[in-house]
Amino acid sequence: MDSELTAWALAAAQALLFIAAAPLLAGWVQRVKCHAQNRAAPAVWQPYRNLAKLLRKKMLLAENASWLFRAVPYIVFGAMLLAAAVVPLIAVNLPSAAIADMIVLVAFFALARFFTALAGLDIGTAFGGMGASREMMVSALAEPAMLMAVFTLSMTASTTNLSVATGYVLQSGLVLRPSFLFALLALTMVAVAETSRVPVDNPATHLELTMLHEAMILEYGGRHLALIEWASQIKLMIYSVLIVDFFFPWGIATGFSAAALAVGALAVAAKLMLLAVILVVWETVLAKMRLFRVPQFLGFAFMLSLLAMLTHVVLETGG
Amino acid sequence: MTLLEVTLLVPLLGGLLLAVVGHRPVAGWINVAVGVVTFGAALVMALEVFARGPQLSGGRMFYIDAFNVYLVVLTAFVGLTTSIFSRPYMRHEVERGRVTDRRLRLYHSMYQCFLFSMLLALSTNNLGVLWVAMELATLTTVLLVSLYRTPEAIEAAWKYFILCGVGIAQALFGTVLIYFAAENKLGADRDDTLLWTVLHGSAGANLDPAVITLAFVFLLVGYGTKVGLVPLHNWLPDAHSEGPTPMSAVLSGLLLNVALYALVRVKMLVDASLHTNLAGHLMMGFGLLSFTVAGLFLHRQHDVKRMFSYSSIEHMGLITFGFGMGGALATFGALLHMTVHSLTKSAIFITVGHACQLAGTQRIDQIRGLIRTQPAIGWGLLIGTVAIAGFPPFGVFISEFLLLMATMKSWPWLTIPLLVGFGVAFAGLFRHMQRMVFGEPPPKQKPVEANMLPVVVHLLLVLLLGLAIPGFLSRWFEQATVLISGASPL
Amino acid sequence: MGVANLGLYNQAIILFAALALFTSFIMLAQGRMMPLIFTFAWQGLLLAVVSVLVAIVSKHPELYVSAALTFTLKVVLIPWLLYRLSVQLNMQYDAEAIEHPTLLLLGGVALVIFSYFVAQSIVHLSGLATRNTIAVSIAIELLGMLLMCVRKSAVAQVIGFMSMESGIFFAAVVSTYGMPLVVELGVAFDILVAAILFGVFFFHLRDSFGSLNVGQFNRLSEANQPMPLRDAAGEHSSGGPHPPGEPS
Repeated sequence: MDSELTAWALAAAQALLFIAAAPLLAGWVQRVKCHAQNRAAPAVWQPYRNLAKLLRKKMLLAENASWLFRAVPYIVFGAMLLAAAVVPLIAVNLPSAAIADMIVLVAFFALARFFTALAGLDIGTAFGGMGASREMMVSALAEPAMLMAVFTLSMTASTTNLSVATGYVLQSGLVLRPSFLFALLALTMVAVAETSRVPVDNPATHLELTMLHEAMILEYGGRHLALIEWASQIKLMIYSVLIVDFFFPWGIATGFSAAALAVGALAVAAKLMLLAVILVVWETVLAKMRLFRVPQFLGFAFMLSLLAMLTHVVLETGG
Repeated sequence: MTLLEVTLLVPLLGGLLLAVVGHRPVAGWINVAVGVVTFGAALVMALEVFARGPQLSGGRMFYIDAFNVYLVVLTAFVGLTTSIFSRPYMRHEVERGRVTDRRLRLYHSMYQCFLFSMLLALSTNNLGVLWVAMELATLTTVLLVSLYRTPEAIEAAWKYFILCGVGIAQALFGTVLIYFAAENKLGADRDDTLLWTVLHGSAGANLDPAVITLAFVFLLVGYGTKVGLVPLHNWLPDAHSEGPTPMSAVLSGLLLNVALYALVRVKMLVDASLHTNLAGHLMMGFGLLSFTVAGLFLHRQHDVKRMFSYSSIEHMGLITFGFGMGGALATFGALLHMTVHSLTKSAIFITVGHACQLAGTQRIDQIRGLIRTQPAIGWGLLIGTVAIAGFPPFGVFISEFLLLMATMKSWPWLTIPLLVGFGVAFAGLFRHMQRMVFGEPPPKQKPVEANMLPVVVHLLLVLLLGLAIPGFLSRWFEQATVLISGASPL
Repeated sequence: MGVANLGLYNQAIILFAALALFTSFIMLAQGRMMPLIFTFAWQGLLLAVVSVLVAIVSKHPELYVSAALTFTLKVVLIPWLLYRLSVQLNMQYDAEAIEHPTLLLLGGVALVIFSYFVAQSIVHLSGLATRNTIAVSIAIELLGMLLMCVRKSAVAQVIGFMSMESGIFFAAVVSTYGMPLVVELGVAFDILVAAILFGVFFFHLRDSFGSLNVGQFNRLSEANQPMPLRDAAGEHSSGGPHPPGEPS
């Protein structure tokens, strides 16, 4: 009884840590990027300051904003919170793993996206509608690719449960699976598109012709904006952790001893930092592509995930 | 040195020699001389095989039996007669400025290399080498198709290259699959596994049916492309119409035969291990389709060489159909048809080549009054067309009759499309013949230097085969038929 | 048996085979000439590496010859030849617009599935632990064919052709430890001659058509045959099959 309580406490702590660390990851990415581009870098905790400032600010709402517009930030943040709660960060086999299903995770993302798009439409400005339609286009292409990649992994692990799948990969050790390689590439490309990074979108600009995500949330301010910003930082974190969990799970804690948890935390921190560096290199090297090229980019991601599934079926099973 | 080595080496060395001196006036004669030696050696070798039965030579690399030795002789013979024709023809082309010295050298050299590759394909005992030789035949002819360097010729050659390349690659894959099937059963001696004699021997009878079926499909597509079976025939009319006429004659008269030979060899293998008629049925289907479609296409041609190349597709379809049907009578008919078609079609192309030089064009509607300007060419074209359309007393009639009989015996309802096909093709060929041969010649049309000897010899042979097949020849065909179909027609 | 139970070399064979398949897809989607040539070279390298690995695993030293042939032809000679020609013909920066890229890639995926089904019926004969790579080899061959069919540029068609050959070579390596030596050398010779001839043709094509775009080939299509009713006199000057001139 007692150990179960500890486990639940751990799960809750992990979820809280997850959302608390999300701005830190964003700050780290920002900092590395500034260094890479020879600019003066802000402190790593700059995102916390931004969030705090936004939370303190007085909120201004458009006259024709409906209740939907006001509810959306909470829905989005809630969805991301729930999503973050099911992704194993430091330890697998937590009790929250029972609901840690990959398809549920994809559904959470879809939910958040759907409401963001609604909010963009609700206010009735040109940018909101444009952003919503673009976001929907991207997501319609990205979602199948992501699902395909996720299915490939679940076919290998014979489960759609995140925690079990991570445990499976951890247990089977280093196996050169071509399907994992392709799925990793596909998932990375999807993640880049979904978290609005270069080359699909640029989170740092508000150039009306090119922006996707920013266009939808242009009318938000104060507390609402803080929640949405925070939610998108959590999303980046979730994708990063997913990639780490699936493809490089070594170090994650399987037991609940303090030492194991500490190792798990350190390992995941190191891996995320490294991943962020790779992301920065990617963003610095690539230029943002034209919007009309995005379907091709995501089509390629889809093809990769399909190829991952095919190579799994053709090469890795049977015989 | 065995006779086979002579047959193979002489064209190869001739090709190398002509690569150096091919532009000299004497090159045409060298070409003929090489042809004479090759044909002589092939003929003597054939008589030897005829007397003593199949021969394995060169460390089991070469295998000569009744089936391929007859094709070797045919190839060497048509190669020789076409080289006789090509001498004045190419001189005329040089005079007209369509061919430079360099290209003439290329032509002569590649002509002999092409003959070498076909003879190699026929005589080899190794299915892999058979493929290599078939591909080599493409490679040696592709530059000849584009010899005139007109945009049309380049386009035709590119199409030929690409389509045959794709096709022949499928055949390579089929060969790999056969090796795969055989390697499993035969194991140990890996280098012998692709040998025809080994595969067709007792060990070949129990190759895995699934693999062999798959292999046959790939090989049918591959070699079928080279045979010109519809729907893979697109390259054939282009390559025949745009290349120099001697090339058309050997392509149509020989290359198609050799490709079909490869297909029949494979079919024998497949039949031995499958114990069903799958291979035969596939060949019948594609053969009949080619026969019908090509017959229809004959009607819309405006280029005389194109027209006769569609006629080649039609006849190859018929022969494929015959081999597919199997059985002694059909196989005998198909073998005979292969021979008479080769002889007649090369004779026709030779005549057409002269006719085109006479009229200065290949357009049917601009070739007029051949018989008045130069009676030999006019009559040659007329008689050749009569022969290829299957009139008695020519050999084509006999072989078509035999094939029809065989069809009536085993697939009665298929005689209807065959008869309709004959009618359609006949009409297609004779639509234009009357005006081309008899009509009023254009005012300035003058006779050209023509050597009609090959045409006369070919057509006389075809006539002879139609009147009475000599005893030794019929026994020879019988041996080949027994080899292929396992039963004697007589 | 799953991939996890295989040894490291076998795992590497599977991984590199899958990567070779991936390069086939890249070639399908790649419209620019230089990257296309380089991708082709990469594919050759991957296949050569697989040949070496199969040689090590199966202890068939004759496969080193196959690997060396593949390396020499597909990684060094042919890409170098194509590269040189592209530079000489001043088309190294040419790009080809690919119609319906997504459809094309899906078609490629369909071909992979098809090869899988084809291979299903025959793999049971092979004793190799990595025999599933036969399906990949068929797929590489068919994808090469697809590349040849959909592309209009002569260079891309040549690369498709060579990629087909690579696939077949690869099939021979993974299914039967390569072909008999004489056949392998013969095939390699043919491919080399074909590559040189293709090079010659590039110049011919450029001289006659001004570009290497074979999509404009329509002079000989059955639908475009000149009609007999048109008068003959003016016909020749419009580039008919024969140069104008007096019949002699």
